[in-house]
Amino acid sequence: MREVTVGIGGAAGDGLDKTGDTLAKTAARLGLYVYAYNSYQSVIRGGHIWLRVRIGEKRVTSHGDHLNVLIALNQDSIERHAREVEPGGAVIYNSDKLKLDPTLLRNNVLPVPLPVSAITKPLGKIPPVMQNTVALGALLFLIGLDFETAASVLTDTFKHKGQAVIDQNVAIARAGYDYAREHFVPLGYTWTFTHIRRPFITGNEAFAIGAVMAGCKFYSAYPMTPASSILHWMAAHAERCGIVVKQCEDELAVVNMAIGAGYAGVRAMCGTSGGGFALMTEAIGQAGMIEAPLVVIEVQRGGPSTGLPTKTEQGDLNQVFGASQGDYPRVIIAPGDVADCFATVVEAFNLAEKYQLPVIIMSDLLLSEHPETIEPEALRYDVPIERGELVTEWDESQGRYKRYVFTRSGVSPRALPGTEGAVHVAATDDHDEEGILISDIFTSPPVRRKIHEKRMRKLEAVLRELPPPVLEGPEDADVTLIGWGSTKGVIQEAAEKLAREGIRANHLHIKYLFPFHAREVTEILRRCRKIVGVEANYSGQFARYLRAETGISVDALIRKYDGEPFEPHQIVESVKAILQGKPRTLDVAEDEACEIANHYIRTHLDDDARPGRVSRLERDGFEEPLWSVEIISRETGQRRGRLLIGVETGSTYRWEESAS
Amino acid sequence: MATVIELPIETYAGPVDPDWCPGCGDFGVLKAVKVAAGKLGIKPKDLVVVSGIGCSSNLPGFIHAYGVHSLHGRAVAVAQGIKLANHDLHVVVTGGDGDGYGIGIGHFIHAMRRNIDITYVVMNNQIYGLTTGQASPTTMKDVRTKSTPRGNAEPPINPIALALVSGATYVARGFSGEPEHLAQLIAGGIAHRGFALIDVFSPCVTYNKVNTYPWFKQRIYKLEEEVGYDPSDAMAALQKSFEWGDRIPIGLFYKDAHPIYEDSEPALRRGPLVRHPLRPERAIFEELLAELM
Repeated sequence: MREVTVGIGGAAGDGLDKTGDTLAKTAARLGLYVYAYNSYQSVIRGGHIWLRVRIGEKRVTSHGDHLNVLIALNQDSIERHAREVEPGGAVIYNSDKLKLDPTLLRNNVLPVPLPVSAITKPLGKIPPVMQNTVALGALLFLIGLDFETAASVLTDTFKHKGQAVIDQNVAIARAGYDYAREHFVPLGYTWTFTHIRRPFITGNEAFAIGAVMAGCKFYSAYPMTPASSILHWMAAHAERCGIVVKQCEDELAVVNMAIGAGYAGVRAMCGTSGGGFALMTEAIGQAGMIEAPLVVIEVQRGGPSTGLPTKTEQGDLNQVFGASQGDYPRVIIAPGDVADCFATVVEAFNLAEKYQLPVIIMSDLLLSEHPETIEPEALRYDVPIERGELVTEWDESQGRYKRYVFTRSGVSPRALPGTEGAVHVAATDDHDEEGILISDIFTSPPVRRKIHEKRMRKLEAVLRELPPPVLEGPEDADVTLIGWGSTKGVIQEAAEKLAREGIRANHLHIKYLFPFHAREVTEILRRCRKIVGVEANYSGQFARYLRAETGISVDALIRKYDGEPFEPHQIVESVKAILQGKPRTLDVAEDEACEIANHYIRTHLDDDARPGRVSRLERDGFEEPLWSVEIISRETGQRRGRLLIGVETGSTYRWEESAS
Repeated sequence: MATVIELPIETYAGPVDPDWCPGCGDFGVLKAVKVAAGKLGIKPKDLVVVSGIGCSSNLPGFIHAYGVHSLHGRAVAVAQGIKLANHDLHVVVTGGDGDGYGIGIGHFIHAMRRNIDITYVVMNNQIYGLTTGQASPTTMKDVRTKSTPRGNAEPPINPIALALVSGATYVARGFSGEPEHLAQLIAGGIAHRGFALIDVFSPCVTYNKVNTYPWFKQRIYKLEEEVGYDPSDAMAALQKSFEWGDRIPIGLFYKDAHPIYEDSEPALRRGPLVRHPLRPERAIFEELLAELM
């Protein structure tokens, strides 16, 4: 498979997202597939931003395992990532400002210094951020992408800023392209361009567009990463799409307003992350109790508490399952990829209205914020819209309208306020068929029993309607990988990689978390030899749920909770270790020791040093083995000292400064 | 302007009788809400009464109108969602001081700041009744309750002053012992275009032995009878809002015309959201797709 992965490293404010976007859209317009992941920090200026753009002729479903070209926008990025570039690749950097220590490079990696001021001199004075555009031009030449296509992307991107800005951007990119052509040999990528145009879209954009197509008229939110980009999209498109978008004082208002709007008859949605969802939980039970339709998107980030605001995790499953007191009917869906985000939100509105209950969509930072190309037909105009049973008028001579009439299906036809003859109260205290409270004068046990059963019974029909999961891959596999939500693509890719290494793996992916296809999942898993759960959380929250629902325990768990998404090789290596019976190690790896050293440098050494050679020491007076990380001055390359880090605990034991 | 056809109070007779304690101030408020709706000729189908949790929040169950008996403290939020979804409806929030000035005070302040067109009737009995008599945000200082056996250490919230500085455009206080006056204030609030607060002294005969009917009757006077009082003067209203002791004003403190939140929402110019077609135009889909290419 022909593919390339480009990494762009810099600081917040360096404008690397725009550069990545231009690259991605160029590839997408040529008919290539793209998957991008931006690892960023909770900082507005500075910090380390690391964007990976993977481009392939076939569909790419994760940011992958490779780094072929590095565009370094600052010195830090060179030092962190130059050694990751694989043989045959290149490191592109602005040689006016940055230095590339050749010892950082692996064999057969091409340094591509760009004297940006000389290259752009004929174009006059340019803003510093446009060094990115020079690098982009050079990159296009090196990896064999068509310049004119990139020029068309730049033209569309800067259309709103006028022709002069377009011309400047295209000229600067061309200067970079031409400079590379004159000074370097391309890296040897040959592509077949199909020119099939595919949308390049994030999960949050897919949620928002799906909601608009499904008839969402009300969106409420309180700013919270990584759900905020739904709010931004909705706010930007509200007027055109006829939506009321309400930024509220808190998530309590967010969810209660959405419930009010849903009760009054419009399709209403709200979005948040785990912390905001925690504030919403009581109201989600309210939607279940008063049988108001509601769609909530819970975009997980690293927890607990404020946790990792800009990092991904699948750690909120327990919270979502446990949201609100008591039992109430609700649906919990975890889409597996960006195209699925669009389909899921459409489905969520239909379920919410047909069954008059809250539907919670579980996403995470990875799924919500990463963009990828999807097939054009994944986005549809004429999506199915099913509103369920609505009473549009009621003749009171037939008797009083019963909002919560006990039916076999559990669904009671809904009347919206404003409907003649169907006046009623929707109450959060438990109530009878008419909506009259049963908790006050005498709490009638049988009425309580029957209304509770009526509400819960709706889930039976929901479950029948939802498609059960399907086992992907060979039936008689050595190992079955089971995951849920955003890990779908990376697990799939890991299974394919395992197959290439002679290990037969199949993959069961769960989208519908509640109600759960316990019978079907049990039947599938009973036939599997070795079941390995893959989850981006600490405790294996889904594995525990699986055990509760099916009585089946996974044989092993592959977990990740460092904030970064899984890469295929990490799953592959873990599966191999599991099959070989190796115990899982929690020791700090060598590259992790470097990252711990980077953190120490930032917090204690004023950021003007970098990690150098790493060696392992036995104990040396401590209770555990140590990593000794040599710390080198950025300025002079001189050794400044060494940092001792515990291999087991990860504790930064001691900074030993060299005698100067 | 269409002539208003007044509706009799029986129009709003609820399915069950109130279960409040005999003598509860809330009976007077319920009656006043019905009289006010009748005076304005609002059909039950076009009236939505939203409440939170507490004795007074049971009110929607006792009136023939659409209603949401929502969560403790969340009525104002639910009500705003209803209003934005269908602004043809008259949305009246009814609840107590604990619900509105305690657990729900955030929504209260922000709804006023928005000047969204809803009416909020707070049955202020200065005590938590349904939970059997703890101090509330409006319990006076030093008053002994179950939760303040040595006397309440905290001074009370001043809801009128808070409403005035938060941007409410109709601010009134009534007394359930003066039901006709109260009905006028509520009718004025519903008719007012913007956020209306009617704080009501609604004595709790069971748990509040301090702020009783006689206590209020000895102290209250009507602003309407105060010579020279001008309810369009915000600063005068603010000054009056701090009057507490031997003389306590009731009536309309402040009223003024300001743009309402709904005016700022472009989507609402095409009529209530609930009546918009669900699907957007096809051209919108094509535009959104083009943005992604």
